Amino acid sequence: MTSGYIFDFWPVAQRWPALLDGVWTSLLLTAVGVVGGSALGIVGALFRRSKMLALRWVMRAYVELFRNTPLLVQLFLIYLGLPSLGIRLSPMLAACLALVLNNAAYTTEIIRAGIAATPPGQVEAALSLALRRWHILAFIVIRPALARVYPALVSQNVLLMLSTGITSAIGVQELTAAASDINSETFRSFEVFLASGLIYLLLNYIQRALLWGASRRLFPNQRYWT
Amino acid sequence: MRSVGQAELTYILLAARWTVLLSLAGLLGGGMFGAVLTLASIARSRLLRRAVTVFAQMVQGTPLLILLLLAYFGLSALGLDLGALLSSLLALTLYGGAFLTTIWRAAIDAVAPGQWEGAAALGLKRGQQLRLVILPQALRIALPPTSGFIVQMIKNTSLASIVGFIELTRAGQIVSNATFQPLPAFAAVAAIYFVLCLPFTLLSEWLEERRTMPTNP
Repeated sequence: MTSGYIFDFWPVAQRWPALLDGVWTSLLLTAVGVVGGSALGIVGALFRRSKMLALRWVMRAYVELFRNTPLLVQLFLIYLGLPSLGIRLSPMLAACLALVLNNAAYTTEIIRAGIAATPPGQVEAALSLALRRWHILAFIVIRPALARVYPALVSQNVLLMLSTGITSAIGVQELTAAASDINSETFRSFEVFLASGLIYLLLNYIQRALLWGASRRLFPNQRYWT
Repeated sequence: MRSVGQAELTYILLAARWTVLLSLAGLLGGGMFGAVLTLASIARSRLLRRAVTVFAQMVQGTPLLILLLLAYFGLSALGLDLGALLSSLLALTLYGGAFLTTIWRAAIDAVAPGQWEGAAALGLKRGQQLRLVILPQALRIALPPTSGFIVQMIKNTSLASIVGFIELTRAGQIVSNATFQPLPAFAAVAAIYFVLCLPFTLLSEWLEERRTMPTNP
């Protein structure tokens, strides 16, 4: 079966500029997804706890629609489906939109759980100190909530990075697409997908390190490991 | 020109059977593999425990799509041609095993260590300690995230369409290409995934609420 197969990474290694281009695009997609998803997720979590019933339900519907359908189908709906409503997006823009909306749905639920765990006494104490509404929201509710659920946010955003490869299905030239191109040029299938898998693995460790590094700046008082 | 009518919707609906089959097989394969890995992760051998951790970390740090392309194109280049269905199942089994062992191991760790000691003090052997004392308690902790993972598994079977396996998503693409009406085609596909996944999402939430409810004072 495998006897006689000679591994040859050279044809893959020769094409490193294409892989590197792919990595940059993957990183760009990840950055957009993380920043956009987190920003929308905070807003979404507040909407989920709004006093208005309609707003809560709209948000709940959005979250469940995006969490219970595959990213691949969301990509097809946005890239192929929206043009019939007159909205035509480039593959890159469609991918960014899908990743942001998808990540925001998960982030909304994670942050909502963090806000729900706010001890009521904290807000009461802030009110009795006559803090402004916005200050209470930002520093008593949102920031500690983010600190509380940060580990879950890290996991979710790493999963997002790993799922950016799916955007190759609508023609975004990121790492997985670059690997597929090299595969059809060289037929070194095992070598090229193994190499790209290792690149993703490396990116996963770098992203984790960066996000945990950021946590020290963002939440210096939070202790995640004992 | 054809449009998305009853025949097309029936075609999509029938293709959902393959999504269900892939999900069941992926969960079965991943579940069995995950169970073996979990047992290995609590073995006495330090090397074995370490190996499971490293393996799970590596699989979880690699996109499922890359695992799938490795299984489909990579193994084929090595002379092992599995075809779209088997290579999808192989990738889903590896992926499922790695995630489920992480969930289940965490559940076992969440059982208080005194439970092991208590069971040992009653003279139970290690296998009995696990089966009679630890697992029943770990199960309660493991169920909500396991139900949540079932949703991930169902959604991720859509990646099999990328290697050409005709399941729900691929059927949507075929209808979309034949009718030039991607919006209704993929809306129908999304609706079916939603109906398949939502019960497990809700089950996961319900189990989690029940679990965190205090039972004994």
